[in-house]
Amino acid sequence: MTGWRASVLMLVALIFAPVTVQAADPRLVPDVSSRAIDIQYSFTGEELLLFGAILYPGQRLPDDRADIVVVLKGPVRPIVLREKRRVAGIWVNASSIRLRTSPGFYAIGSSRPIDKLVDERTAAIFELGLANLSMSPTEFSEASKLERFEAGLTDLYRRLGLFYENPAAVEITEGVLYRARIPVPARVPVGTYRAETFLISRGRVLAVASRDVQIRKAGFERFVALAAERHGFLYGLTAVILSLLLGYAASAIFRRR
Amino acid sequence: MDLYLPVANLSVNALVIVLLGGGVGFLSGMFGVGGGFLTTPLLIFYGIPPTVAAASAATQVTGASVSGVMAHLERDGVDLRMGAVLVAGGLLGSLIGAGLFELLTAWGQIDTVISILYVALLGTVGTFMGREAWGSFRAAQAGLPAPARKRRHHPMVANLPLRWRFYRSGLYISPLAPLLLGMIGGVLTMLLGVGGGFIMVPAMLYLLGMGTQVVVGTSLFQILFVTIATTMVHALTTGAVDIVLAALLLLGSVVGAQFGARFAQKARPEYLRLALAVIVLLVALQMAVGLFIRPDEIYSVQ
Repeated sequence: MTGWRASVLMLVALIFAPVTVQAADPRLVPDVSSRAIDIQYSFTGEELLLFGAILYPGQRLPDDRADIVVVLKGPVRPIVLREKRRVAGIWVNASSIRLRTSPGFYAIGSSRPIDKLVDERTAAIFELGLANLSMSPTEFSEASKLERFEAGLTDLYRRLGLFYENPAAVEITEGVLYRARIPVPARVPVGTYRAETFLISRGRVLAVASRDVQIRKAGFERFVALAAERHGFLYGLTAVILSLLLGYAASAIFRRR
Repeated sequence: MDLYLPVANLSVNALVIVLLGGGVGFLSGMFGVGGGFLTTPLLIFYGIPPTVAAASAATQVTGASVSGVMAHLERDGVDLRMGAVLVAGGLLGSLIGAGLFELLTAWGQIDTVISILYVALLGTVGTFMGREAWGSFRAAQAGLPAPARKRRHHPMVANLPLRWRFYRSGLYISPLAPLLLGMIGGVLTMLLGVGGGFIMVPAMLYLLGMGTQVVVGTSLFQILFVTIATTMVHALTTGAVDIVLAALLLLGSVVGAQFGARFAQKARPEYLRLALAVIVLLVALQMAVGLFIRPDEIYSVQ
């Protein structure tokens, strides 16, 4: 849904670009420090560097200062979000909502606070900021409930490091080079991530560019996770044999002493 | 030393998990219990998702009970016939448990049910154990012989149809009673990641009226096979067995258990039982507090 919306926006932008915008629009050349992050045995998280250059036509810097916003967004997935409430003295999950497109990871960094860069509508269109993520709830519950749940999710994910917002993350050098560090914690979901860069000036998004980043389990961890997922029987059997052997070995060793 | 758990999807300090396993193993060796009732809550407190904690703790209990079963088999301390009936019930129970697990997860109540079961079971067992241990502790201090216990099975058990002879246990009772007991044990193993020894042993003593010399061995025998079955059922349904987590726990617990067993030979049994009762009650209390105070996380994602 969001991907679809983003691509329509891009298409619209492409179609109208030659008409509405003079050929003087700048371009972005983005890159990331690694195209793939491997989760392996001692993975405790990583820092991804999003960097690149702003190419102005004629290599002339405009008088106005341009700002950069970078977004790293993980794969979206459907989730059930539950809310605990006190029922008869104990805290139990009392209500829930379904969200069809909840990103498992979302980080946004900018050179200035988002609300100083664009108006609310633009921020909503480009999904800039934690408050602007569109998560497609499946049922139309009251807006207040939805808002409460989304705030709850944001708060939870923010503390887990899965949602991240830093209005001072982007550093722009000489008006043409930018860089931003985005922390990626150990609990990130695996999948294809999209690193997007927005060039913003005077409340307008002048250029958008993106790069894909793969976050995947590798080596032994990948092997174990796949085995657990696809070959449950053999995996379970291995776990059982391992525990029997370890238990037996320990008692055998200690008995001999 | 950080280690990434491939199924739990987070990194843990490997040393902490090994030490945790070691501590639980020490207690389990000392008291002759599997220790699952300590492992699962401790893992949850550490931040492991409850399902992964329960599944991997069950795997660990398998390893922790192997040496005990072998020792008891050598000593002829296992009623194999009784054990077979209990295991059959346990297998049924783990399948029922898997169904319950799925149902409760879909309702979003699995965590609450796990906590309530822990509080109820550990609270009850801990209280009984504590009272009994306190009695014999006082008796031992006064220099009196421990009060003798009457061995008799519960009247409800006597009313069940069909009777089998269980020679080693010295019983002539309906196999339905141990089958049912095994089934309850299986459900608990599946849901809580406990071997269920702390339920099975008192039930075998007080409900079935089994002879004390085979109770622990037979209970361990049942635990060994039922935790194996549970690991398999978890691997095939929830997919929550984290083999790396289980291996870390095992490393600690199998070694800890050996030291615990040695320590137990030196300690007085009344003190041991009283200490176990206190630990059981503390875990129950901690779980109960968790139910009643406002949790850190009001929202959870599934």
